[in-house]
Amino acid sequence: MTPKVVLVTGVGGYLGGNLAARLAANPDIDRVLGVDTTAPHRDVVRRLGRAEFVRADIRNPLIAKVITGAEVDTVVHASLTANPPGPSRRTPIKEMNVIGTMQLLAACQRAPSVRKLVVKSTAAVYGASARSPAVFTEDDAPKDISSSGYAKDAVEVEAYVRGFSRRRPDVDVTLIRLTNLIGPRVDTVLTRYFALPVVPTVLGYDARIQLLHSEDALAVLEQAAVRGAPGVFNAGGDGVLMLSQAIRRAGRIPLPVLRSAIPAAGRILRGARLVDFSPDHVRYLNYGRVVDTTRLRTVLGFTPRWTTRQAFDDYVHGNALRPVISPELLEGLEHRVLGIR
Amino acid sequence: MQEARVIPLQRTERRRQLPPLSRADRPPVEPTPLRPTPAPAEPSTLRRAVADALAFARRRFTGDYTVDQFGFDQDLTETLLLPPLRAIYRNWFRVEVSGVENLPVDGGALIVSNHSGTLPIDAMMTAVAVHDNHPRRRYLRMLGADLVFQVPLLGALARKSGQTLACNPDAERLLRSGELVGVWPEGFKGVGKPFADRYKLQRFGRGGFVSAALRTGVPIIPCSIVGAEEIYPKIGDLKAVARLLGLPYFPITPTFPLLGPLGVIPLPSKWHIRFGEPIATDRFGPAAEEDPMLVFNLTDQVRETIQQTLYRMLNQRGNPFLG
Repeated sequence: MTPKVVLVTGVGGYLGGNLAARLAANPDIDRVLGVDTTAPHRDVVRRLGRAEFVRADIRNPLIAKVITGAEVDTVVHASLTANPPGPSRRTPIKEMNVIGTMQLLAACQRAPSVRKLVVKSTAAVYGASARSPAVFTEDDAPKDISSSGYAKDAVEVEAYVRGFSRRRPDVDVTLIRLTNLIGPRVDTVLTRYFALPVVPTVLGYDARIQLLHSEDALAVLEQAAVRGAPGVFNAGGDGVLMLSQAIRRAGRIPLPVLRSAIPAAGRILRGARLVDFSPDHVRYLNYGRVVDTTRLRTVLGFTPRWTTRQAFDDYVHGNALRPVISPELLEGLEHRVLGIR
Repeated sequence: MQEARVIPLQRTERRRQLPPLSRADRPPVEPTPLRPTPAPAEPSTLRRAVADALAFARRRFTGDYTVDQFGFDQDLTETLLLPPLRAIYRNWFRVEVSGVENLPVDGGALIVSNHSGTLPIDAMMTAVAVHDNHPRRRYLRMLGADLVFQVPLLGALARKSGQTLACNPDAERLLRSGELVGVWPEGFKGVGKPFADRYKLQRFGRGGFVSAALRTGVPIIPCSIVGAEEIYPKIGDLKAVARLLGLPYFPITPTFPLLGPLGVIPLPSKWHIRFGEPIATDRFGPAAEEDPMLVFNLTDQVRETIQQTLYRMLNQRGNPFLG
C-alpha cells in the first residue's frame, strides 16, 4: 500500500528533513507534511520540493488537528533525539522525546485515517556492558542502560509505541532501531568525535562499533514508510570496526584516558562545546554495540549499500581527514627491505 | 717492406655512421647471454622477517585489518598473541596432544574441557593446541566469564583473541557460523579449586553448553587436560583480600605471594591434552533442548567422559614435571 498523505516529524533535523524531501520526490505520494518547531536547514529546504512545512510542536494538541485535517495515513516519527551531537540541555530534549511522542501517539490514536506508523528509534536501547551478548537481536530486552540517559528516552518511547499498537491493532507499526550514523554530510556525535585531532578513549577498553551510512538510514526509513512490513528492525551496516581501528583509519591520535578521569575529560569537551560525552556515550566507547540485521534483510527486504567500513571511509574522505603517518612511508620502507621497488 | 696500416682516427665516428641494423637483419633469436643476469635474490630470512614486521606495523597504523562481529582480530592473534604462547606451549609446558583426528575438519563443534591452574592458562594452551595441530589451522573461539570482559586491557585483549562472553546467544551464533568453540563449564569453581582437589571435576553448571550444542546440532568434543593443575598449586585462599579486590578468590601458592612477582611464573609441569571422541547431538530431533532430563544426561555423559579420561591419563603419567 503506497501512502497518500505522509506526515514526517523532526524535519528540522537531518533525517527528518531529507526524508521529507525523498518522499516528496515520489510521485505516488499525494502530499508530504513536515512538522517541527524549527525550520529545516537551507540545503534541505531547496530539496524539499512540494513537501509542506508546518511549524508546530508535537507536544501541543494542535498536532491532532494537523493529522485529522490533512487526513494523514502514514506518520513517520523521526524526531527522536538519542545521540545529540553536541552538548545540549537534557530537560528540553527529554521532554521533546517522551512527551512529544506521547502527544503524537495520542493524536494518531484519535485519527481514523492513520494506517501506518514508522518510528525511528536507536540501537542504544540495548545498552552496552560487559555482560551483554556480542550481537543483539530484536528480541533482546534492554539491559544495563543508565537510568537517566538518552537511551532511556528511547526505551520509554518504544514502550509507548507498543502501547499504541495494542490500542490500534489496525495500524501497521514499524520500529527501526538505527545504529550510530556516519557519513560526509551528517552531524552526529561520532562525526564530531572522530574529527577531534586528539581523540580521547577509555584506557584498556576497545569497543566494537557498527555504523550506518546516513544515506542508508534515509533509505531504510523511506522504504519502511512506503512499503515496509510491520515489526521491529535493527538497521546497521555489515561488519564491525574496532574503535582503535577507526581512529587509525581516520588518521587521528588516540588519547587513552583513565576510566576515573573520563567524567573530567567529558566536562572539558562539553565545556568547549565540541562533542557530547554523556555516560551513555562513554559506555558505548567501553564496550561497543553490534546488532543482528537478518530481519532487516529478510523481512523488511532492505540491504544497506555501505558496510560499516565503507561508510566510515566515506566519512573520512568526505571530511578530508588526513592520516598522521602516511601509509606510503611504511610501504616504501617495507619494499626497500625486501629489495623491490 | 711492410705496408703502413691505416688506422682510422675517428673510430667512433665511423661506427656511428653505420646504418643501424634493420629489424629483419637482426638474428631471429636473441643470443643467450653467457652469464645470465642473476635473478633477484630471494630475500634472506631476516629481511623477510623485518619486512613482515613492517607490513604488520603498516596494517596496524592504517587500520587495514578486519575484525569479526565478536571483535576477533585474526591479524593480531596470528602475529602478536600466538607466538609467545606457542613458546610457552613448546618449551615450558612441553604440551603433548592426542586425538586431533576428533576435531572436525570444518563446521562447528563444541570443545568442553576441564578447568584448572588458578589462572586460566589451560584455555590459552588449548587454543594453541587446536590451532597448531589442526590440518586447517582453525582458531578456537573461547567462551569467557563476564569478569574477564570487565577488566580493562584483559577484556579488550580477550575479544581480540577470539573470546566472547559465555552466554547462549553468543555460543549459538558462533556454532551456527561453523566455528570451533571452547567452553570450560566448571568456571571459577574449577580453575580456583584447592590443590588437594586436583583432577576432580567440579559441578558443570546448568548445562547451558549442552543446550547450545543441541540447538545448533553440533558435536560435543570432550577434552581432558593433565598438567595444568600443577602450575600454581593453590594451597590457600585469602577470602578477605579477594572480596576487597572483587575477585572470586585470592590464591596462596608455594611461591605466591611469598616471592612477589616471581611467584607469577608457573611451575614447569609436563602437559597432556587429549581430544576425545565426538558426542553427536543431532540425533535427538527437534526441540531436544526443551527436555531437561536429556540435557542433564548429556551433561553427565560429557562430565564422566572427561573425568574417566583424566584418571586414565593420570595413571599413565609418571612424574608431573618430567612426563
